[in-house]
Amino acid sequence: MEEVEVSRHSDKEMVVSEDVMIELKAMHKWYGEFHVLKNIDLTVHKGERIVICGPSGSGKSTLIRCINRLEEHQQGQIIVEGTELTGDLKHIEIIRRDVGMLFQHFNLFPHLTVLENCALAPIWVRKMPRGEAEKIGMKYLERVRIPEQAHKYPGQLSGGQQQRVAIARSLCMSPKVMLFDEPTSALDPEMIKEVLDVMVELAEEGMTMLCVTHEMGFAKTVANRVIFMDDGEIIEENEPQEFFNNPQNDRTKLFLSQILQH
Amino acid sequence: MWNDPHYRALFFQILVLGAVILAGVFLVNNTISNLERQGIASGFSFLDKTAGFSIGESLIEYSEEDTYGRTFMVGLLNTMLVAFIGCILATILGFIVGIARLSRNWMVSRIATVYIETLRNIPLLLQIFFWYFAVLRALPSPRESATFGESFFLNNRGLSYPRPLYEDGFSLVVWAFIAAIAAIVIIARWARKRQDATGQQFHTFYVGLGLIIGLPLLAAIVTGFPLSWEYPVLKGFNFQGGKVMSPEFVSLVLALSTYTASFIAEIVRAGIMAVSHGQTEAAFSLGLQRGPTLRLVIIPQALRVIIPPLTSQYLNLTKNSSLAAAIAYPDLVLVFAGTALMQTGQAVEILSMTMAIYLLLSLLISAFMNWYNKKMALVER
Repeated sequence: MEEVEVSRHSDKEMVVSEDVMIELKAMHKWYGEFHVLKNIDLTVHKGERIVICGPSGSGKSTLIRCINRLEEHQQGQIIVEGTELTGDLKHIEIIRRDVGMLFQHFNLFPHLTVLENCALAPIWVRKMPRGEAEKIGMKYLERVRIPEQAHKYPGQLSGGQQQRVAIARSLCMSPKVMLFDEPTSALDPEMIKEVLDVMVELAEEGMTMLCVTHEMGFAKTVANRVIFMDDGEIIEENEPQEFFNNPQNDRTKLFLSQILQH
Repeated sequence: MWNDPHYRALFFQILVLGAVILAGVFLVNNTISNLERQGIASGFSFLDKTAGFSIGESLIEYSEEDTYGRTFMVGLLNTMLVAFIGCILATILGFIVGIARLSRNWMVSRIATVYIETLRNIPLLLQIFFWYFAVLRALPSPRESATFGESFFLNNRGLSYPRPLYEDGFSLVVWAFIAAIAAIVIIARWARKRQDATGQQFHTFYVGLGLIIGLPLLAAIVTGFPLSWEYPVLKGFNFQGGKVMSPEFVSLVLALSTYTASFIAEIVRAGIMAVSHGQTEAAFSLGLQRGPTLRLVIIPQALRVIIPPLTSQYLNLTKNSSLAAAIAYPDLVLVFAGTALMQTGQAVEILSMTMAIYLLLSLLISAFMNWYNKKMALVER
C-alpha cells in the first residue's frame, strides 16, 4: 500500500491528560456462535490518539462500534466518561451525544443539504434554534474548508468533500471522543490527503480519537499509541516508533511486512 | 442524403404517420358502413332517452324514468366510490403489513409474509367470489343477524347501520371541527417557527388530537347534542330505517383492498429496505433516537422509492374495480357498458365513452401522484 505523506500543521505539543475517557474491562462479544471480541481491556485517556490496525475480520471495526453501541457487547464493561453502557436507553443516549463517529461510506443524509446535514442533530438532540445550529454548522464547514458547498446536496460533492462534511457534521455536536471507522478506505488516492489533513488538525486541537485505519503515515505522525488486533484479540500495543521499528509479536511482524512491503 | 441520419429519421416518421392515418380512415369507414348496414343510428342522442331500468344502489337520486346519461353518472360515481375507499384502505393496510413484515418479532413477520404470499397469488376474481359467496352470502338471514350493540346488524342482505339525523345547531359542531383543523394548521406553523427561533419542541400531535376531539365535543355540549340516530329495526323479513351497505359493495371493497394491500406491503418493505442501514447508524451516532431517525431520515428517503410503484397499484385497483360486474355491483361497466349497451346497441359510443372515462380517471391519478412524487423527489447531482 502506498503510504500517504502526512505532516503536522503546527508544532503545538499534543498533550495527553490523566483523566480516563473510555474504559473497556474484560469485554466479550459474540455474533451467534462466533466469538468476535475476546477479553478486550483498553483504557483511553483524554486527548489520546489511538490507531487500531489489523487484518480484515480481526474485529477492529466491531470494537469501536461497541463504544457507541452500534453493536452490543455480551460480557464485561464499557464505561464512557463515567457512564456505563448497558441496555438502558438513557445511558446509550447520553453516550451517543458525546461520541462522534465517521464511517467508511460517509453516510451523509442524501435528502438534506450539506448545511441541513450539519444542523439536524443540534436542532433535534441539543434543541437548538435553527439559526444558531446553522451558524455552528457554517463554523465547522469553514474549518473543514468547504463553506461554499453548504447549500449543495451530498450527491453533488466528491468523496473527499463528503467525508469532510461528515467530520463537520460530527463536530457540530461538540463530541468529546471521535471514532473513525476506516474513514479513507472508500476514497480515491488524491482525496485521502485532504481528509487526513483535517484529522491531523483535530488531533492537534486535543480531540480524543480512536481510529481504525491502514494509513500508517497518519499513525506515525499523529498517534500516541498503536494497537494491533488479530482474531478478536489485542495482540500488541505500543508507541508508534516502537510499534513500527521493533514489533514484538510474529503476527504483528507478518502484518506489517504485508502492508508496508510496497 | 440517404446516409444522413436526420433525413433518414424524418423519412421513417413520415412513413409511420402515413400508415397510422390510413389504418384510422379504414377503421372509421368500415365501422360507419357496418352500422348503416345493421340500421343502427350512430351518435350520442341516446343519452337523453329514458333508461327504463332500476339500479340497486346509487349515490344520487335515480329511478327508472331517468335517462341513460343519468345511468352513466350513477355508474361512474359508484366506480369512483369503490376506487376511492379501496385505495385508502389498501394504503393503510399495506403500510401496516409491509412494516410488520420487517418486524423483529418472528410471529408478526411470519403472519405478514403468509398474508402477502397468499393474497397476491390467488386471482382477484376468485377472491371477490370468496368474499361475496362464501362469506357475505353465507351469513344468516336478517332475523338471525349478528349484532353489535343493537345498532349494527350484519346479515346476508348486507350491513345495516344507524343513520345520523342532524338537528338545529349541528352546523355549530361542524364549524367547531373546521375551526379545530384551522387551529392545528396555525399551531403547527407556529411550533415550527418557534423551534427554528428558540429550539424548543412542541407536541403538535397531542395538542392537535385534543383540539380535534375537544372543540366539536364542547360545541355539542353547548348546543345540547343536536344529533340523534335512526336505528335499523327488524320489521317482518328485513330491516327498516337506518342505512345499508350492500354485500356486493362490502365484498368488492374488501377483496380489492386486501388484494392490493399485499402488493403495497411489498412496495413499502422494499422502500424501507432500500434505505441503507448506514443511514440509521449515522443518525444514531449523532444521538438521534429511534423516532426522530425514522421521521427525519428513513421515511423521507423510503417515500421516494415507494411513491412511483404505489401509483401503479392505485391505477390497478381502479381498473380492477370493473370486476364488480361479476357479483352485480352496479359500477360503470355493469350498468353502462353492460345493461345500457344491451338495451341500446350503441356499442361503439358506449364502449368508447367508458374507455375514455377510465383513461381519464387513470391519468388524473397519475397526474396527482406525479405531482406528489416531484415534491418528495431527491436532488441527486
